[in-house]
Amino acid sequence: MTRHSEKDKIKRDNALAKIVFKQQHKHDLDNKVSIFDRVFKPETITLDNGHSVDRPRSRVPLIMLCLLAVIYISIKATGFDLRVIIERANQLTVILGQILTPNWKFIPAKVIEPLLDTIKMSIVGTIIGCGLGLPIAVIASSNINKNRPSLLIVRLFLAITRSIPTLIYALIFALIFSLGAFAGTIAIALFTLGIVAKMLYESIETIDMGPYEAMQSYGATTFESFWVACMPQILPIYIDNCLYCLELNVRSSSILGYVGAGGLGLLISERTGLRFYHDVGAILITLFIVVWAIDIFSDYVRSKLI
Amino acid sequence: MKDNKNNIELTANENILEKLYSEPNNLWLRLLIVFVIIIVAAWGSTSLSFSGITEKGMNVAKSVFHGIIYPDTELLFNFTKDGVPFLVLQTIAIAVLGTINGAILAIPISFLASTNIVPKPVAYIFRALILFVRCIPSLLWALIWIRVTGPGAFCGVATQSICSIGMISKMYITAIENLDTGILESLDAAGCNTFEKIRVGILPQLLASFISTAIYRFDINLKDATTLGIVGAGGIGSPMMQSISSAKYNRVGSFLWVLILLVLVIEWISTKIRARLARGRS
Repeated sequence: MTRHSEKDKIKRDNALAKIVFKQQHKHDLDNKVSIFDRVFKPETITLDNGHSVDRPRSRVPLIMLCLLAVIYISIKATGFDLRVIIERANQLTVILGQILTPNWKFIPAKVIEPLLDTIKMSIVGTIIGCGLGLPIAVIASSNINKNRPSLLIVRLFLAITRSIPTLIYALIFALIFSLGAFAGTIAIALFTLGIVAKMLYESIETIDMGPYEAMQSYGATTFESFWVACMPQILPIYIDNCLYCLELNVRSSSILGYVGAGGLGLLISERTGLRFYHDVGAILITLFIVVWAIDIFSDYVRSKLI
Repeated sequence: MKDNKNNIELTANENILEKLYSEPNNLWLRLLIVFVIIIVAAWGSTSLSFSGITEKGMNVAKSVFHGIIYPDTELLFNFTKDGVPFLVLQTIAIAVLGTINGAILAIPISFLASTNIVPKPVAYIFRALILFVRCIPSLLWALIWIRVTGPGAFCGVATQSICSIGMISKMYITAIENLDTGILESLDAAGCNTFEKIRVGILPQLLASFISTAIYRFDINLKDATTLGIVGAGGIGSPMMQSISSAKYNRVGSFLWVLILLVLVIEWISTKIRARLARGRS
């Protein structure tokens, strides 16, 4: 009985100390005044009971002013002109009208084979990217990898791979590996690696580390404890990210052909070059159906995961 | 006392063992999934004919690498209209205007596509419209707009304005459909008019997620703005493509460095702003 009450007392004391500390801290925080509030003094409202309250000035006018300046500079730099769009809007319907009346006969004749190429390219690219993404994400997560330099190097590498668009990868790899689906696959794999690893290490850092530490205390190696304690936690997120990337890659691989990386994009660029926009409409419809099917498939898998 | 304790331990162990044995044995399912993935990968790699790197390819790889290590510094500090600083400014400008136009255009469309605002048939018509916009790749939109605006940065702005609508309105619709309408009823009870209801009841709920979406899209648009250059839609993309195709890899190197830096800085800023929007002003 006595032990219990002693514990309770310690608990209560600790809680009290925390509250006091927070209040002192809060006072410190309140004393910090941002530059904005120093320039534009807060409005002081005196209440009926004699207390006064500071009401900070609205930041909206300042933000609006900055935004307007940015828009003005942007309009100057790009030569944006709304009048041109209104005057020449009828030109917009020329190509759109042709795309909206697709040439259905074109689909069985020529679309199926490059479509399969595109799907193959994005599937293999996604599998390679996601497969490499898992170990790299583990190295890049600060709660598993305690070695700071290797962590920073891997993160820098990921940041760089993510920031270069897939199209530019494809352009450079098409020059290195000669034109074709191989260059496109490598480009997709590299880009996927960047995205998957980033999303994954962010979620690895939020997992419950209790089981992992328990495994370590039993004497398990880092790999064993990660595999047993962390994998079950991140596996659903990992699969979800992979499916998201597959969807993204099928969409983007349709464009990769523009720079000669094979698949549907090659066909699209050929047909737009010849100005056969009815054919382009047919290609887009098949692409749309494929993306839609992948969407349904990944929704199904996700519903099974949760 | 001691006996009792042992008993508790024993039952605990039995519970754990029972739990362990009751876990479903997914081994076969897992093997099947791995098998399917391997089959799909094998099927996918049938079309990949790796013909080996030719000598020309090796040379290209070497010169790209060389160009990245020794970028063309003259280009980086050239303050005319061909220099990197102006091109970066133009790329950012395309993304800014494209995002703002897209974010504004998406507001009416997403209200008209939300099932809790308009009747379902109307909502589905507008959802089909959004789907149509998303379906056409951005490069194709650029080709469509070039007829209207002519080549240049203006075309890039027009393209991004349209392309942004797809994703932005998808996120807006989610925000609108999650609106808490109970607040509107309580404002009604307090005697607010329609304008006041929108100002106090709806705007605070939507504004943060709308701005957050727009900033996220700005991130994406900035990356896209570099690729639109391929079809002549302005920004840093077109001179980059030209220098790749004319094998001036030192210039490619300097463009790549600037691109990486630009994207990383913008991503960092946008993450900071969005985190602040999500948590509120601290």
